[in-house]
Amino acid sequence: MTALLEARGVSKTFNAGGFFSKKQLVALDNASLVIDADRPSITAIAGESGSGKTTLARLILGIIQPSAGQMLYKGKELDKMDGAERRSFRREVQAIFQDPFEVYNPFYKVDHTLVLSVEKFGLAKSRAEARDLIENALRTVGLRPEETLGRYPHQLSGGQRQRVMVARAFLLKPRVIVADEPVSMVDASLRATILESLLKLNQELGVSLVYITHDLTTAYQLSGSILMLYQGSVVEVGDVERVIKDPQHPYTRLLVGSIPLPNPKLRRSGDKLRVTLDEVSANLSEGCRFADRCPYVTAICRESSPRLYLTEPRRATACYLFKDSPTATSEEVSRASA
Amino acid sequence: MNAEVLQVRNLRVRYYTTRGAVKAVEGVTFSLYQGEKLGLVGESGSGKSTIALALMRMIKAPGRIEGGQVLLGGMDLLKLSEEQMRLARLARIALIPQGAMNSLNPVMRVKHQIADAIFAHDGSISGRDADLRIAELMDWVGLRKEVPNMYPHELSGGMKQRVCIAMGICLKPQVVLADEPTSALDVVVQRQVMDTLESVQAQLGAAVILVGHDMGVMAQFVDRIAVMYAGTLMEVGPIEQVFEEPLHPYTQLLIATLPSLEAKSAFRGIPGIPASLLDPPTGCTFHPRCPRAEGICRTDVPASRELRPGRWVACHLQNGGRK
Repeated sequence: MTALLEARGVSKTFNAGGFFSKKQLVALDNASLVIDADRPSITAIAGESGSGKTTLARLILGIIQPSAGQMLYKGKELDKMDGAERRSFRREVQAIFQDPFEVYNPFYKVDHTLVLSVEKFGLAKSRAEARDLIENALRTVGLRPEETLGRYPHQLSGGQRQRVMVARAFLLKPRVIVADEPVSMVDASLRATILESLLKLNQELGVSLVYITHDLTTAYQLSGSILMLYQGSVVEVGDVERVIKDPQHPYTRLLVGSIPLPNPKLRRSGDKLRVTLDEVSANLSEGCRFADRCPYVTAICRESSPRLYLTEPRRATACYLFKDSPTATSEEVSRASA
Repeated sequence: MNAEVLQVRNLRVRYYTTRGAVKAVEGVTFSLYQGEKLGLVGESGSGKSTIALALMRMIKAPGRIEGGQVLLGGMDLLKLSEEQMRLARLARIALIPQGAMNSLNPVMRVKHQIADAIFAHDGSISGRDADLRIAELMDWVGLRKEVPNMYPHELSGGMKQRVCIAMGICLKPQVVLADEPTSALDVVVQRQVMDTLESVQAQLGAAVILVGHDMGVMAQFVDRIAVMYAGTLMEVGPIEQVFEEPLHPYTQLLIATLPSLEAKSAFRGIPGIPASLLDPPTGCTFHPRCPRAEGICRTDVPASRELRPGRWVACHLQNGGRK
């Protein structure tokens, strides 16, 4: 396996409190992830708000620099790239953001976003060629160019706007698309169409996806592997089929058990949550960050935080319940994420 | 079936904009029974929040309630004077609005915000009695007794949402409207808030209308479901039956497109785009997206009919035994 994109034990700390404050907030702690260069993959990064998933996305996109660890693209560190390399990275790794309302400049027609991308990267020699490229990209994501081009963002629905963003990302013929909660602000009936177009980019056009979400159902449906984050730490990583169907970490178990299943016959009866989740003393400096919410907590959990244990050949879980398994090396963690 | 607590008859609400009248709610009729949980689902812009606001008579200009009746225990809320309505709000029918947890006053302790609501209805109640009432409310929604003395920023999202539930039920209303109470929360907290709402509802014996777009939450929580599309009710029925055998093509698609943990990579969306309320399609508002639309669907508005006991559907295809 050759790594196309790799996060090697990346951490990100932000200063919390005022300018002179020494308080540090660990947004992401020692996360590793690999996108395989040889086959198009879909990797889900899942977690609740504040888990560090967007921080990881921004690190992958090179928008922020890691406080520790390395972010590599084609074996080269992102902040050590020269101009040409940076340029090709910027074209080959594309982003789709959560809010399809905020990413547009309301004074320009949606064409502007698309034309600008074509121009900046010199993708077309003539206007006609640019138009062809754009129309083709729109059709790929299931939009009719004649109904989309020439309109202002407010004249399109949220779902259409988000699909235009998918088209824009695709237009640049990227190797990787990082989609940060692409459907959370889109109506339920339109979500499927957006996920469908992302899947199409992956299956038919060979684009690898990093799908960031808090929704385990769509993560399960779309992705091949999954990385579960909790308060900045990777708690479980592996094949999505295994992780969702047989979760190991107590946090993953809690999340999977809390999915509101769209089937009134499978109502949860009586199994109210055992722990009150409010009594969370956030950001413990030592110990497992999930300890206060964990039904299986033991003394050791509060003393030092667990490392990732290799519980299966391509699966790692950070929980002392699995301390009999060998500690996973960072290569093994990366392989589990690919 | 229990007694009807709330009857909504032919409710119509419009917003008058410079581009024309937006028909947000067009002739909506439904009943709410004592102690039941009714889900009101629809896409954004389908009029579901407008219904909740209309029931509270809180529609603001340029919106206007154009007609219909909202009967609460036989009394038409739409005919009450402003002052009578003010007294009915919260005491008899309460709304927990969308994003309520973000509208708590950041510089007021929680207890003063809840007490405000109590005093506005009963000026004679003593401070001590109000404190006792608040303590009881905290117990109901599962919050610690220190919470009333805290400020909103000291609380997590789930706790804030439960403070809002406490506020909504502080005068023990018969009907509670909860508008997307869990939309900004993650699944674990979402489940906890729904558990809270459920236990509060059981203790209070109130009827609840849960407004939302998440069919998963509906399946887990409500007894009956009402499906909105472009300002009209397409289908109303018991939740199990509707999931088992949805009768309206929109409901069928809505359920078929739900992501589940059973099938991978099987994404099916509802084709087309939501109808414009400014210039709604003729006939059935769903016909441009409906895979089974016929000639009559483009010309005539289908009436809502009770096909089987408790199952209301507004669809021409369900007429005359054709399916």
